[in-house]
Amino acid sequence: MSTTTRPAEAPASSRAIGLAGLLLGDHPVGRLGRAAAGSRLAAALATPHGVDRYLEIIDPMLAVAEVRARVVSVVRENPDADDSAPVATITLQPTATWRGHRAGQYVQVGVDLPGSARRLTRCFSVSSAASVPGETITLTIRAHEDRPGHPSVSRFLVEDARPGQVVHLSQAQGDFTLDQSPATPTAIPLLFVTGGSGITPAMSMLRTLLRDGYEQRAGRKVTFVHYARSAEDQIFAAELAQIAATDNDVDVHLRHGDHVFSEFELRRLVPDFRRTDTWACGPAGLMELVTEAYDGSSALRTEFFKVGTATARSGTDAPAEGTVTFARDGRSAANTGASLLEQAEALGLRPEHGCRMGICFSCTARKTEGTVRNVVTGEESSLPDEDVRICVSAPVGDCSVDL
Amino acid sequence: MTAAPLSHDSYAEQLTEQLDLTETRRLTEDELPRLGEELDAIRQRVLADLGETDAAYIRKVVKWQRTFEVVGRALFYLPPAWPLAVASLSVSKILDNMEIGHNVMHGQYDWMGDPGLSSRMYEWDNVCPSEQWKYSHNYLHHTFTNILGKDRDIGYGILRMDEDQPWRPYYLGNPVYAFLLMVLFEWGVAVHDLEVDNIISGQRSMADNKPLYPGLLRKIRRQAVKDYLLFPALTGPLFPLTFVGNATANLIRNIWAFNIIFCGHFPAGVETFSQEECENESRGHWYYRQVLGSANISGGKLFHIMSGNLSHQIEHHLFPDLPAKRYPEIAPEVRDICERYGISYNTGPLRKQLASVAKKICRLALPDKD
Repeated sequence: MSTTTRPAEAPASSRAIGLAGLLLGDHPVGRLGRAAAGSRLAAALATPHGVDRYLEIIDPMLAVAEVRARVVSVVRENPDADDSAPVATITLQPTATWRGHRAGQYVQVGVDLPGSARRLTRCFSVSSAASVPGETITLTIRAHEDRPGHPSVSRFLVEDARPGQVVHLSQAQGDFTLDQSPATPTAIPLLFVTGGSGITPAMSMLRTLLRDGYEQRAGRKVTFVHYARSAEDQIFAAELAQIAATDNDVDVHLRHGDHVFSEFELRRLVPDFRRTDTWACGPAGLMELVTEAYDGSSALRTEFFKVGTATARSGTDAPAEGTVTFARDGRSAANTGASLLEQAEALGLRPEHGCRMGICFSCTARKTEGTVRNVVTGEESSLPDEDVRICVSAPVGDCSVDL
Repeated sequence: MTAAPLSHDSYAEQLTEQLDLTETRRLTEDELPRLGEELDAIRQRVLADLGETDAAYIRKVVKWQRTFEVVGRALFYLPPAWPLAVASLSVSKILDNMEIGHNVMHGQYDWMGDPGLSSRMYEWDNVCPSEQWKYSHNYLHHTFTNILGKDRDIGYGILRMDEDQPWRPYYLGNPVYAFLLMVLFEWGVAVHDLEVDNIISGQRSMADNKPLYPGLLRKIRRQAVKDYLLFPALTGPLFPLTFVGNATANLIRNIWAFNIIFCGHFPAGVETFSQEECENESRGHWYYRQVLGSANISGGKLFHIMSGNLSHQIEHHLFPDLPAKRYPEIAPEVRDICERYGISYNTGPLRKQLASVAKKICRLALPDKD
């Protein structure tokens, strides 16, 4: 499917022996053991910690509630793209708790980064076709550079992850999914418009259509338009070329370099695009143009990447800038530079809080986007989806909090 | 000398100093901010240094705790090993409540991003729901440490632990109440949030407690079903032995936790503060109050681990959100700072602190001698 630069298969003998092997095995003893571990009795005995806290001591791949996954292989997708970030496809074997995924969904991947001991969690679209429990899944990830103080999960997974390693996983999430049955041929056409790494959920849908469709055909007219930085940086190139060359109802249009999206071109490819079921996913610039072209049509489904906001000016002396948004409440205001708790209260919100000095953790809330500075330590953090103590966190630039 | 010298008039204060009843002096307006800065610097340095060794340490303790628990539960199947089973389960419960539970629920390991070690998720192996404990402990006790009328941990609304609590005939039972609280400590902690004393005095209504009942009852039910029904039942004919064994392990944990906590807060020399002197207080004064409001217990490494490092109560009160394993490491520096500012740093071996606490409990049972 793609060029392999680092062929890395999990060792066949990775099946643990002993208790873990017994419980993980696909035989009556293993099945009985797993059923017992998942029973209400086991839960009552393991209270308050939960059964998984004990199973993880035996083997991290044993779980009754949590989802984890073992890295099976890591394959580089763009080995010839020298001047752009490396992309790799990572094959994961989830634990028995995995409920499968619908084409187009994403998972949260948690990694304990070596050196810092901090677990970072990021969302990645599943690039393989729809899965059922027990099957492997693949993630196709572009490595972002580490920044000082901000190690990159994607770079770790692409460059440092090794077969056998265990990562934390969520169940599949998201509604950006193929909501039509691939097995039933139909006259209703589909359209995918993607850019860069945004190809991954669309690829999952395309693969599902071709895998589950009658005689490996999509069973409906499918137009697949993708924008990549360069031909060398085109991921899934070989597979897409093969799909394009096969008689399977799919039209593939790859655009490279300066060739940007235009409504004019889309109209030429799909004249009735505004009334065609469309999935669009890509960087903010592309998404703006696509959304504009569809003019509010309900046929368009979109998914954005969450990109780390750049910190405008930092340091204690910098003037307060940007907008603070309290997402759940819906209120927002210009950043005054005060703590998030004070700014929330100034807007009339009443967030839960205690000591107002950062020691009691009563006010912990999730910062979804932006940078905050700890007013006690001066430490700044730009991680998305991070729990912060709002009484000692002041926004630096735009910031959004789940309050 | 346990009364707050700051609230006395200057003559009494002079007299106290002349008689050398206390080593503590009041810091000047210049000294307080400097004290704050020096202590902040320690905090900053440790925060910047947090990493893999801290993570590996707490994970190791968790692994040991789970192992002690599993081994303890299993040994109940061998009747001759009953004392070992009880000992193993007691160690598990003590580690779970103190070095893991108390410290994790303070947010000391939140920086790791591990839901299993997160202050928002952790639930400990005793009948007090973590959610309610975090409010009265992390917020009320740690913010308003030893401020009479605000810190409900001074005597827990049951005991007279400070001369500024006016004597009533009820307090004649002080030693008895203390003994009962020790034996039933987890239950005392669990009902602490219901503030029964405030209901009796009319400051709190029964309706205020309503939202607390479901969580409290659910936690009590789960703990009781596990320790007093399911595990005993699983040992079949050994039911009574296992039942008594589990109860004994809970009792040993209660006695141990009570003594460590009382030695950290109530030996002679620990001071209390009035609400007035803590109004709009500076960070420096907050630190100053934390040092004077707590006491350390000296001992070996194993003792510190088994006490959840609350044997370094002073360091814990200064830096409640730093991993407790760091307290022994920064203690010499904190002590040095205290000596330079002339603030007393109350420490002593367990037996000395225990004797001091016991003496205080008995002495305060009686009305003050004028």
